Amino acid sequence: MGKHLSRYVATAVTLFCLWLLLTSTSNVQEVLAGAVLALLVAALGYKGFTRRGLGIFSPRRLAHLLIYLPVFFWEMIKANFDVAYRVVHPRMPIRPGIVAVKTELKTDIGKLFLANSITLTPGTLTLEVQGEYLFIHWINVKDEDVERASELIAGRFEKHLKAICE
Amino acid sequence: MTITSVIGALIMGFGAIFLFLGAFGILRLPDVYNRLQAGTKCTTLGAFCTIVGVGIAQPDWIFKALIVAVFVLLTNPISAHALARASYKSAVPLYDGTVVDKCREFGECEEVGGAAGASESDAGGEE
Repeated sequence: MGKHLSRYVATAVTLFCLWLLLTSTSNVQEVLAGAVLALLVAALGYKGFTRRGLGIFSPRRLAHLLIYLPVFFWEMIKANFDVAYRVVHPRMPIRPGIVAVKTELKTDIGKLFLANSITLTPGTLTLEVQGEYLFIHWINVKDEDVERASELIAGRFEKHLKAICE
Repeated sequence: MTITSVIGALIMGFGAIFLFLGAFGILRLPDVYNRLQAGTKCTTLGAFCTIVGVGIAQPDWIFKALIVAVFVLLTNPISAHALARASYKSAVPLYDGTVVDKCREFGECEEVGGAAGASESDAGGEE
């Protein structure tokens, strides 16, 4: 019962923060309407939102998120210049292939964030997730071996995602 | 002409350039998967920069713009993954220069349709 309450409160708090950002107002009536709606919608949907409850707001995870975001954005900008280089270059230096990557992340949400991060980083696109393997379409294959490809593709994110999602 | 509107316009221009490069990549690259690579990355950063640029130029809208931008950032790679996976499963051929296909070696990504025609018969049909 306590676990359910914690999950419910976490969902309601998240929805309420979203409402405050969306309306960006300090009008009392709107804030109250948002609070009521957040409580209602959280009652309908908290089971699909989180299994952990209020643990998702722990300071350690937020700190790791703050370290992870700049890393992610820097990789995303590098990815775009990489694509721009390959597209504009007259001979189009691509060497595509599908490689397998082994991940240490156990939870579904961790795998989701890893797959999303891989899709937005230089030259890689997640094609399929099966158990602990991710199959990645790589536009310029540097290494076909599973271990080394994992280190090259996923190594940058896995450490932080492990702290954030598990 | 304030300093925020200049910064916003610069960021919007940066995003527009990458949106153009993404469209150019879709024209130039050889197969579905490579095109999805260009399409996903460039449109995500392009849309992100354009929306955040609007938010910076018009400070009243910054929170709404940020929410839309984060939504694009979270959903765009998932749609690309779904498109790539569906293409692979319906046996869309890979580019000739492809060097390795671990997906086939591991035998985990079974194709739904035959190589000749990607039929859409569901799994319950013949078993």
